[in-house]
Amino acid sequence: MQETISIFVKAIFSENMIFAYFLGMCSYLAVSKTVKTAVGLGAAVIFVLGITIPLNYLLENYVLKAGALAWLNESYASIDLSFLSFIMYIAVIASIVQLVEMVVEKFAPALYGALGIFLPLIAVNCAILGGALFMQDRQYTSITDATSFGLGSGVGWFLAIVAIAAIREKIKYSHVPPALRGLGITFIITGLMGMAFMSFMGIEY
Amino acid sequence: MSEVVEKVKAPSEPLFSKKNRKLVTDPLSDNNPITIQVLGICSALAITVQVEQAVVMSAAVFFVLALGNVVISTLRNLIPGRIRIIVQLVVVASLVIIVNQVLMAYLPDVSAKLSVFVGLIITNCIIMGRFEAFAMANKPWPSFMDAVGNASGYAIILIIVAVVRELLGSGSLFGIPILGSPIPVEGYPNGTGLFDMGYMNNNLMVLPPMALIVVGVIIWIQRGRNKKLIESH
Repeated sequence: MQETISIFVKAIFSENMIFAYFLGMCSYLAVSKTVKTAVGLGAAVIFVLGITIPLNYLLENYVLKAGALAWLNESYASIDLSFLSFIMYIAVIASIVQLVEMVVEKFAPALYGALGIFLPLIAVNCAILGGALFMQDRQYTSITDATSFGLGSGVGWFLAIVAIAAIREKIKYSHVPPALRGLGITFIITGLMGMAFMSFMGIEY
Repeated sequence: MSEVVEKVKAPSEPLFSKKNRKLVTDPLSDNNPITIQVLGICSALAITVQVEQAVVMSAAVFFVLALGNVVISTLRNLIPGRIRIIVQLVVVASLVIIVNQVLMAYLPDVSAKLSVFVGLIITNCIIMGRFEAFAMANKPWPSFMDAVGNASGYAIILIIVAVVRELLGSGSLFGIPILGSPIPVEGYPNGTGLFDMGYMNNNLMVLPPMALIVVGVIIWIQRGRNKKLIESH
């Protein structure tokens, strides 16, 4: 249990998707002009990461990994399908995003109104595929750990995008050098935020 | 890549017409995928600690983008509009699997350093962005030229950032010590080269946040030189 919580906290702070690995930077830069949209996209990312990481974990451990097919038949134990993992992960992510979009539209129209336009964007967000690939790389031992990693990464991404959106809303009123306006200053602020987040590395989990 | 070139020799327009040349040169500066269009940042920042990784990554993106653009543009009239994203993802994913297998076989140490970032070429926004914006609407040869231009624009920024970070962060380029070595040898207790004179590596350059700041500075310089690119806010 403690292990699970520490994976969660680590994924939010010291291994933050944005500040430590730069994943999902494209949408992070494009959709962080106002806090309201940033909250929408951030929530959608938490949602999708929380669903796709456990699914991809099952796929990895029961289909793709070397010897993972042994539960079907003893003779399949020598099969290693891990070279297919990229295409399988992206297929799972794209179809889950599509499915989630349809389910949310049908059963929770209010939530759909809030997340709707962001869901299709998320299929090609590197944070989602990156989460799946890190999950494969780090070989979590149970599905609970993988899920807590997924949710933690999502929360970390949410924190980062909401923080930068709040700063960008305020920075409109400051005198930024003309050539740095917009993109340039956003990069530099993200760098400074990253340095601040690096101080979490020293914490023992 | 030669067979691709032969396939499209038919058009009446000369292969290197002004329009086609512009497709290549535009993304190098005024329409750079990273600094102007803000695409493909994710992978650009993470793998710029060393020049070698940046070069391998650029080559991988070049391969995937060039072949992918040609494939998508050849199939553009056959792809139903509603499922085009999935089709594009499948094409990219298959090309990336090829790249990953080749890297694992021939450059295992670079492949280990790039780790998940090879896989992340799939969701590299440059690739999806060029498929959507260019290959879906143009013939294979211009699409190929467009891919060459954008992949080179990506590579330029990647390599500039990597040179700055490796030179200042580790005092070397391509792993070759340019500024001397900080490891003490006999007669040189502080290390060789500049390190003997008291120079020290800037370890901050190796850490992730500096990549963002270096790119920020590149954007600053570029927009300072070309006032047209300045954003209002």
